[in-house]
Amino acid sequence: MTLALALEQLLNGLQLGVMLFLMAAGLTLIFGVMGLINLAHGSLYMVGAFACATVAAWTGSFWIGLIASLAAAAAAGAIVELVVIRRLYDRDHLDQVLATFALILMFSEGTRWLFGSFPLYLDIPPLLQGAVALPGGTEYPVYRLAIILAGAIVAFGLYLLISRTRLGMRIRAGESDREMIGALGVDIRTLYTVVFALGAALAGFAGAMVGALQSVQVGMGEPVLILAFVVIVIGGIGSIKGALLGALLVGVTDTMGRFLLPKILALFVAPAQAGMIGGAAASMLIYIVMAVILAVKPRGLFPAAHA
Amino acid sequence: MKKMLAAATLALSMSTTGMAFAEPLKIGMITTLSGGGAGLGIDTRDGFMLAIKNAGNKDITVVTEDDAQKPELAVQIADKMIQSDKVDILTGIVWSNLLMAVAPSAVAQGKFYVSTNAAPAALAGANCNKLYFNAAYQNDNLHEAMGEYANKGYKKMFILAPNYPAGKDSLTGFKRYYKGQLAAEVYTQVGQTDYAAEIAQMRASGADGIFVFLPGGMGIAFMKQFAQSGVKIPVMGPGFSFSQDVLPAIGDAAVGAKASGQWAPDFDNAASKKFLADFQKEYNRLPSIYAVQAYDAAQLIVAAASKASVKNADAFGAELKKADIQSPRGKFKFNTNQHPIQDIYLTEVVKQNGVITNKTVEKIFADHGDAYAKDCKI
Repeated sequence: MTLALALEQLLNGLQLGVMLFLMAAGLTLIFGVMGLINLAHGSLYMVGAFACATVAAWTGSFWIGLIASLAAAAAAGAIVELVVIRRLYDRDHLDQVLATFALILMFSEGTRWLFGSFPLYLDIPPLLQGAVALPGGTEYPVYRLAIILAGAIVAFGLYLLISRTRLGMRIRAGESDREMIGALGVDIRTLYTVVFALGAALAGFAGAMVGALQSVQVGMGEPVLILAFVVIVIGGIGSIKGALLGALLVGVTDTMGRFLLPKILALFVAPAQAGMIGGAAASMLIYIVMAVILAVKPRGLFPAAHA
Repeated sequence: MKKMLAAATLALSMSTTGMAFAEPLKIGMITTLSGGGAGLGIDTRDGFMLAIKNAGNKDITVVTEDDAQKPELAVQIADKMIQSDKVDILTGIVWSNLLMAVAPSAVAQGKFYVSTNAAPAALAGANCNKLYFNAAYQNDNLHEAMGEYANKGYKKMFILAPNYPAGKDSLTGFKRYYKGQLAAEVYTQVGQTDYAAEIAQMRASGADGIFVFLPGGMGIAFMKQFAQSGVKIPVMGPGFSFSQDVLPAIGDAAVGAKASGQWAPDFDNAASKKFLADFQKEYNRLPSIYAVQAYDAAQLIVAAASKASVKNADAFGAELKKADIQSPRGKFKFNTNQHPIQDIYLTEVVKQNGVITNKTVEKIFADHGDAYAKDCKI
């Protein structure tokens, strides 16, 4: 194993973490402000990817597709909030889980009805094709570097939005005392719709970015959703800072585990078996990390302020 | 006059349908029509129904249900089809883990099972069954062919498959024929979508060839990411990694990849040309190998039913085993364990007139059976 390989794997972990952050930020924002568990967040990720693929196929431009994905996911989020989610804020979490699970099924079958069962084609824009040389002599895909950069910009933008703007102030107020900001005359219903649409747009953005790298197909959001939940549980539910650190931790742990565990095991058993056992153990690793963190800090690394 | 007219109508209907059937035949198709694997199930259903439609016999009915790629659901559907729909034959399952949940119990209840794809080793050897037929291959076959192909010119292979039974069958099959050195043997998670960590290992491994078995969305994700990585090692795999259901979504990144298959759209025989034309006319897309396999499964059932009643299991089984069909694959016959003996070809992904598809390169195996038939005693 060389330093170049270790560096490449670290970047891979970082990139996975950044992508998880885009998903987890919306999820944790929605939970923090409205106290709502939204299982349909993965469907909004899928909506973003499908919108990007469709518009990119029409116009021939990935960038127009990317804008369309933001618009489509935000619109889908706003509609879902107005029609369904709005009725769930006062219900307990079981009702929320049931209703948003039903939304997953409707989104999936609706998408299949519109687009069919075969995966769509979405390619990386020409500007970001190919690989660049890294120090140490190895090469790294430009597009993955672009995802890391985009994630960093979004994280910084969210920080500015929440700490420096009026909307951010209301979001923070909503997190710490929902009844009070309503009593102070803030239009809480509009705020909820805006926050939900913002979270949805982030998920749609992640879906479009990742769609160019993976396959755009029905059901693509659910595996990511599970990881995003792991991230926000580790980071502390409701905390954006926690989501960022949790996402990077999960991304790097998962990548390094897949890379190193089979190698370590190969010192003790035959390579074929090391591959099999190491692969299985690597897939459990992030859940073990989550269990350990919850044992030490039951409310996650950065628990949100309100009890 | 009336009698003559009736006789003429009867004669006419006989000539269009081939042979009159002794009695009605009911087929239950369980396949994956929703979720990530739905593309494979839809090709299976469409290929099967094409052959049924071409046969044009009203005595054959097919009931179709979606298993959503869930074993427990497949078992429930099979029970319902056997007990309340009273089907005579079950077919259609794509995935080996679902097949293992359904086929053994179906044949134990005296029903035929004709597999259109899944072919786990467990049902090909000592546990083979008179009522279980496989019209596709045995799971190991296409991987064995790539192992044989890799012997020509590849000295150090990096091999990768998902961590589930068919993934293990895959790498076992590859290693059964490949004589060279292995750079690494890697198992990934089923449904994994990001392969950056594995691609980095390929880059560092010093391998001169890469073999991947990643069906459906996994293969799409891998090939797109591999193309962007700057790694220049040749990629090969079994036909599933580059079949027609995923090629449009991979795009140009797949061009040049080598694969093994029992059929490709450029096969130069009358049955293949007819199948290709009929399928494109009916569904307006190119068929995958899943569609060919299902088409042949339906042809086999139709052919056997024209000679024997399905109620007489011994006679019907004997007719099935004769495999009296015109397969788009060309040569096709059954081995002693009722799995195919067929030619396996090397194919290459090419772009022709803007369409990305597979082209035949050469024959790897002639009349290839499987490693388990010798343990089958029927």
